[in-house]
Amino acid sequence: MRAADEQEHAVSTTQPAGEHLLDVRGLTKHFPIRHGIVFQRQIGAVHAVDGIDFTVAAGQSLGLVGESGCGKSTTGRLVTRLLEPTAGKVVFDGEDITHTPENRMKEARRNLQMIFQDPYSSLNPRHTVGTIVETPMRLNGINPPQGHKKRAQELLETVGLSPEHYNRYPNEFSGGQRQRIGIARALALRPKLIVADEPVSALDVSIQAQIVNLLQDLQREFGIAFVFIAHDLAVVRHFCERVAVMYLGKIVEVADRRTLYTGPRHPYTHALLSAVPEADPDGTRRRERIRLAGDVPSPVDPPSGCRFRTRCWKAQERCAREEPPLVRLAGSTDGHLTACHFPEEPSVAARAEDIVLDPALSASGDSASTSS
Amino acid sequence: MSLLTSPQPADAEPAAAPFLDVRDLRVHFPTEDGIVKSVDGVSFTLEKGSTLGIVGESGSGKSVTSLALLGLHKGTRAQVSGEIRLEGRELVSLPEHDMRALRGRTVSMIFQDPLSALHPYFTVGAQIAEGYRVHHRVSKKEARDRAVEMLKRVGIPQPERRARDYPHQFSGGMRQRAMIAMALVCDPELLIADEPTTALDVTVQAQILDLIRDLQEEFGSAVVLITHDLGVVADIADDILVMYGGRRIEYGTVHDVLKEPQHPYTWGLLESMPQITGDVERRLNPIAGSPPSLINPPGGCAFHPRCTYKGWVPGGRCATDRPELVPVPGTGRHLAACHLTSETRTEIRGRTAAGAAQ
Repeated sequence: MRAADEQEHAVSTTQPAGEHLLDVRGLTKHFPIRHGIVFQRQIGAVHAVDGIDFTVAAGQSLGLVGESGCGKSTTGRLVTRLLEPTAGKVVFDGEDITHTPENRMKEARRNLQMIFQDPYSSLNPRHTVGTIVETPMRLNGINPPQGHKKRAQELLETVGLSPEHYNRYPNEFSGGQRQRIGIARALALRPKLIVADEPVSALDVSIQAQIVNLLQDLQREFGIAFVFIAHDLAVVRHFCERVAVMYLGKIVEVADRRTLYTGPRHPYTHALLSAVPEADPDGTRRRERIRLAGDVPSPVDPPSGCRFRTRCWKAQERCAREEPPLVRLAGSTDGHLTACHFPEEPSVAARAEDIVLDPALSASGDSASTSS
Repeated sequence: MSLLTSPQPADAEPAAAPFLDVRDLRVHFPTEDGIVKSVDGVSFTLEKGSTLGIVGESGSGKSVTSLALLGLHKGTRAQVSGEIRLEGRELVSLPEHDMRALRGRTVSMIFQDPLSALHPYFTVGAQIAEGYRVHHRVSKKEARDRAVEMLKRVGIPQPERRARDYPHQFSGGMRQRAMIAMALVCDPELLIADEPTTALDVTVQAQILDLIRDLQEEFGSAVVLITHDLGVVADIADDILVMYGGRRIEYGTVHDVLKEPQHPYTWGLLESMPQITGDVERRLNPIAGSPPSLINPPGGCAFHPRCTYKGWVPGGRCATDRPELVPVPGTGRHLAACHLTSETRTEIRGRTAAGAAQ
């Protein structure tokens, strides 16, 4: 393959130009696995996030996609410092918050809020909606001119709830409404960046659209930057200008949404996109069909070299030996970075032969191929 | 016959009775607050070798329908009425003892959450073999071999060794494969899959859907697939039944329903989900409000409180008359329950298309 010379344009992974609101360098989180009852010794580590770099500009939205266990939620929690990184650096708004002690994080969190996945467990059932939305303001000593209550009611209106909901409890609301309360809480401090961790995946389809539209409106109105974590590739495409694909704790590809969804280079991105079902009976025939075998390997002992090689149809000996850097490949546009030794053609159109690696499926239909 | 159980042309000759024929199925749950009408008059037919996708939001009655097909409401407080005919045999009135002989053998089910559907105390192999031994007079050894063979067929590596593993030692995708192996161990003629891929990642979901399709071709079973994801249905089903508030609102072939949807609720479902190839600038068009109460459903059309187009129907009939499920004019096999006339629908569709183009 002609891949060896593809990487001569190894540019640095920074985006060109300007100040970044969020700048993440070599971010790593290893969760120790301990053994023993009294004297716990560490016998290994879960490599949840293993050295990732990305930046988010003010007002921009970056999508993080990947399968469960790829480290996208951990990344969100590291950025908001709900977890402390093992290594690497998180610079938010010009300030290094990588190891800021908990009592001083309040300052940064004023501008850095989070929306959680599960609207049922992320609201305190004993607090009224008013208390939930006001608490961030009180904790940060913010006294809006119109008073806490008035401000909370305004926020409730902003997210499409009624100001009369102020004295109610979370259990009186449906899932979609609760998610709106969570969003009002995140907005209370007028943050510059919101990390939204699967904000719509617990909701019904028709309600998902309401929340996605609400987040889009808020983003346009207040210029909030988003790190949007989701496994639904269609929702991420709809919401985010830039998208990063994660696999086993690494970013394998990052690009603007158009490039990523129409001209991906990494085999994993191809596989991921080809697996998305489309509500169009003819659509699946136009797109390539790739069926991977097996599951994501364990993050306790990730494969050497390229982490995707154990499920990749193009893997060669080099993939086990060398870890591919996340760089701009020859033929890729500016800002499109891929970590692969043997990248794919930038197209998602149907191939002459489907790639079916799953042994249970290879018996099916047209002759399945396992090599490229 | 006014029940219109099938999207097939009504004037087709009444050939052999369909493989599965559900007529006016009702499942009601008496509660302290009143009767919950989870399923309220659902009819459909299904032939061997084809797949029916039942689509709807949470609480639309799709899972309750599937449980009724398996007779799993027997012995509970649920009140089941109507008819379920499987190869001419009536299942609703069938005693539990006879139902047990069918369950797992003729009709079987793939559940949504494999971790809670598999028993944590028994090995995967033993659980698959048990189902086989209940319905066949075979030795333990033979049942065990059969279990290993099934695990191999669904693509579990090293099936002899993995058959001795417990469910917690399997990953999510593998557990769902084991569930499929268990459901198929007796070559069932009707397979019910209740959200079989909802808990799975997208690459694994694609594998599992392809696997179900492959196995269906191989065994010639009929499949009822229950899901909220129209993408999944488009991928695998032949017919689609859209449910809302326990009732059918649209029924037809996949092509008809997804390409020429007739009911405003189906429009809403399609427009509220972003497509992987759609226009990113187009704003999502959510369905306002939330799903209806099943104890006191709205009068008339259950969807009318959330419907954008009820103003197009003269005389406010949407709030008073319940629309019948009738064939869409010009088609014989595409049914919809809506008061909008086909001219109005064409006009509305034309407007939304023009609005999207601007």
